Amino acid sequence: MALIECKDASFAYEGVSVLEGVDFSLNAGDYLCIVGENGSGKSTLVKGLLGLKKPESGQILYGDGLKSTEIGYLPQQTMVQRDFPASVYEVVLSGCLNSLGRRLRYGPAERERAESNLERLGIEDLRDKSYQALSGGQQQRVLLARALCATKKLLLLDEPVTGLDPIATGEMYNLIKLINLCDDITVIMVSHDLHEAVRYATHILHLGRRQLFFGTSAAYRESSLARRFLGRDRI
Amino acid sequence: MTALLHMLSYAFMRKALIVGVLVSLCAALLGVSLVLKRYSMIGDGLSHVGFGALAIASAFHLAPLAVTVPVVALAAVLLLRLSQNRKINGDAAIALVSSSALAIGVLSVSLTTGMNTEVSSYMFGSILSLSRADAVLSLLLSAAVLLLFIAFYPRLFAVTFDESFSRATGVRTGAYDTLLAVLTAVTVVLGMRMMGALLISSLIIFPALSAMRLCRSFKGVVCCAAGLSVGCFLIGVTGSYFLETPTGASIVAVDLVAFLICLLAGKK
Ligand SMILES: Nc1ncnc2c1ncn2[C@@H]1O[C@H](COP(=O)(O)OP(=O)(O)OP(=O)(O)O)[C@@H](O)[C@H]1O
Ligand SMILES: [Mg+2]
Repeated sequence: MALIECKDASFAYEGVSVLEGVDFSLNAGDYLCIVGENGSGKSTLVKGLLGLKKPESGQILYGDGLKSTEIGYLPQQTMVQRDFPASVYEVVLSGCLNSLGRRLRYGPAERERAESNLERLGIEDLRDKSYQALSGGQQQRVLLARALCATKKLLLLDEPVTGLDPIATGEMYNLIKLINLCDDITVIMVSHDLHEAVRYATHILHLGRRQLFFGTSAAYRESSLARRFLGRDRI
Repeated sequence: MTALLHMLSYAFMRKALIVGVLVSLCAALLGVSLVLKRYSMIGDGLSHVGFGALAIASAFHLAPLAVTVPVVALAAVLLLRLSQNRKINGDAAIALVSSSALAIGVLSVSLTTGMNTEVSSYMFGSILSLSRADAVLSLLLSAAVLLLFIAFYPRLFAVTFDESFSRATGVRTGAYDTLLAVLTAVTVVLGMRMMGALLISSLIIFPALSAMRLCRSFKGVVCCAAGLSVGCFLIGVTGSYFLETPTGASIVAVDLVAFLICLLAGKK
């Protein structure tokens, strides 16, 4: 059984369809990149996969005993208010909430997890800073650390490198690949960077208000779609 | 000093101080979450619903707290749903519910007992209005609110900070929203006897706003709000005893001064 299966799903806002015919399945350990133009329905699909948005028709099924408490998520935009008082450590630690189960407090295991993810993203020195006082790229790293804290089997990232500088972007792609390979975590990532997408991901899903392509990265490289979007020279 | 001791020698003052400290604590803790979630209006709406319920209870000679707490808790859940619903204008809906409740309360009072001191004590608050049974119930309820808040603190933080992330990662956010609403309802009703329906929402909002000027972490804000709230309450009650001013209004005045000081002392 696949980890996640999307059966002919379609999504609509207030009755207006924005995405149709999404049909794919992913196995544990896969690395899927969702690509497409602005407004093509990528974030909508991610919300659908997370259960934040109900599909208008079709089905989204979790397999392999995947539970929503084993999923980490990096939203494209957060609704966090401008004056919200929260330290970086508090935000990152809150990612561990879904591993508490019936316990009320964070234990040493969760604290350690939060510390190690701060370190992984190179933001230990921001630990006690106010989240709201950080730059956009720094905030992005904090939210990534929080997502990693929440991840046990599946990690969904909606444009994770937005706002990161070129060096941090490279490090981020490497880190995500590392997490995918070493921790055996399935990754679903939305990206506008097609070249990096085909390089790192095992599968590509190309959306344009409907599913234009789903398959392995290798197959995508050969497709006429990719030739149009990637540009002939790089293939 | 002797004057203070003299004040404490009255049983009704001791009762009011203990209940007041606990209710101020509850209000401050919940207030941080409510203000940050942009639910400040709900506290205000609930106090009006509370007044309506208290007025009806007194018109029919029913036990005030036993009637009001469940009614307001129900209203809290309803108002929360209203404010989350994107299809209707949440703010307007809350204003409608709260002014209707106030109107029903005023009508039921004027048709039965008339505007007596008891009713005006619900409006503007009075520390004398607390019966012994009410005091015991208030103690138990506010202790329960405090314990629940502390027990669910990590969850309330996560849900307050980023609701959709929490929901996506398998946290039952709806349950904690409801918990927050019910705890707020209980606190509003308990505080209303002392502060009055018109002033109770400031007990919820002021400490949180003041603390947000001073602290940058959530824990810092929660602790600071709790301290400020209890401090302002004690100063306000003592002041009202010596100056013979209304309790609720005195406490709010102290809260306002504290807020202005924090505004000046805070960064930026
Ligand atoms: N809350 C909403 N209400 C109504 N329509 C929406 C809403 N969110 C998205 N849409 C519409 O759905 C379509 C897909 O939006 P979506 O956010 O999924 O695009 P996207 O592929 O993530 O784009 P981007 O690359 O800009 O992030 C868009 O046409 C948008 O107008
Ligand atoms: Mg998007």
